[in-house]
Amino acid sequence: MSVISADLFNNVSHFMGTNPVVQGLLQPILIFSVVFHFVWGMYLEYQNTQAREVKYAMYKGSANATWMSRNMIISGLAVLAFLCLHFYDFWIPEINVKYIQGDMSGKLPNGDYRYHEELVHKFAGQPIRVSLYVLSFVMLSLHLLHGFQSSFQSVGFNNSKYTPIIKKLGNIFAIAVPAGFVVVALVHFFAH
Amino acid sequence: MKDMNLTLKIWRQKGANDKGKMIDYQVAGISEHMSFLEMMDVLNEQLINSGDSPVAFDHDCREGICGSCSMFINGEAHGPVKGTTTCQLHMRSFKDGDTIYIEPFRAKAFPVLKDLVVDRSSFDRIQRSGGFISVNTSGNTQDANALPIPKQDADLAMDAAACIGCGACVATCKNSSAMLFVGAKISQYALLPQGQVESKTRAQNMVAQMDAEGFGNCTNTGACEVECPKGIDLSNIARMNREFLGGSLKG
Repeated sequence: MSVISADLFNNVSHFMGTNPVVQGLLQPILIFSVVFHFVWGMYLEYQNTQAREVKYAMYKGSANATWMSRNMIISGLAVLAFLCLHFYDFWIPEINVKYIQGDMSGKLPNGDYRYHEELVHKFAGQPIRVSLYVLSFVMLSLHLLHGFQSSFQSVGFNNSKYTPIIKKLGNIFAIAVPAGFVVVALVHFFAH
Repeated sequence: MKDMNLTLKIWRQKGANDKGKMIDYQVAGISEHMSFLEMMDVLNEQLINSGDSPVAFDHDCREGICGSCSMFINGEAHGPVKGTTTCQLHMRSFKDGDTIYIEPFRAKAFPVLKDLVVDRSSFDRIQRSGGFISVNTSGNTQDANALPIPKQDADLAMDAAACIGCGACVATCKNSSAMLFVGAKISQYALLPQGQVESKTRAQNMVAQMDAEGFGNCTNTGACEVECPKGIDLSNIARMNREFLGGSLKG
């Protein structure tokens, strides 16, 4: 959206940033879900490592499972590290401006909305940050390539007709969504 | 093909409390027509003649039915050939000069007893916790065929019942999860009317016992399905999850 129109991005950002349902309900649910997901995931990974005390001298994991499925903890930790950077970049400054300084206007001193300018400022002339964003979204893509379809199996949904469709949709989702975020970072890096 | 000379790297462990280590052996004159276990027999004869202790390994039917044989060969449960138990693996799958790693099925819930022999009684305890139907066998038992069962359900139940409980799923899973085994054992009853009477508690009890034995969690890598010698598929794990969630919601 920020790539298509600065005004559209500003308006949507201001709506979401000040809407009480988004801020007071959806945001806490999202934060709880993410924290629950990675805490529970790391706990299960710990249990899994404990379930085999002596390792194999030779183990051909690639003979029967994808790299993505075998290394969810690696891609997951990379995404978590990215989330820390993302919070440092955007979320903490946003909370500071809105709820500590009390400025809910979303405006700069000149009267323009600040959201698009802040976004561009983070990426323009910042090759290290842009590289980290791109790498992180590649890791997110790898995480989702297994995680999306795996979540259906975990809740008991496995159907000879619909599971292949879910796997295809999952692959499209896992590539298209992270690719969209990569485009945002790259466009603002090269265009400004 | 001429006879093969092989280097074997085998896990040797004197007993359950011994630390154990990999030891190299050389075997010569191995025919491609030998089964893997016959090759092990040749090695053991060689060891006995030289005064060494033979390598202990589980085997019984040697027909791919009983589920006793349990070797982890060159990094894969039951070796490199899919849909095959170790006893049905033949030396034609290897070539002269090969180095072959032979290890026991490894999991905390499968403690090594000696060399390649592991204790798989955790599977028995899971089965005892719910893998049955309660039928009065006083002489008035209804004929099983009196209940009409859809062909598809009967076929799926039979497919699940093909599980021989060898433990390859646990051995190959990076998490040492037993969910394919438990899923198969639950599915073979869940699909039939005789088994549905106790479906509410079966999955709960078997999953609780599986967790108590120290198996890991399923992360849906699908490795178990690929390495299972009987082709038990992941839909059985999904069915187990449905049965478990359904039982949880019913309370």
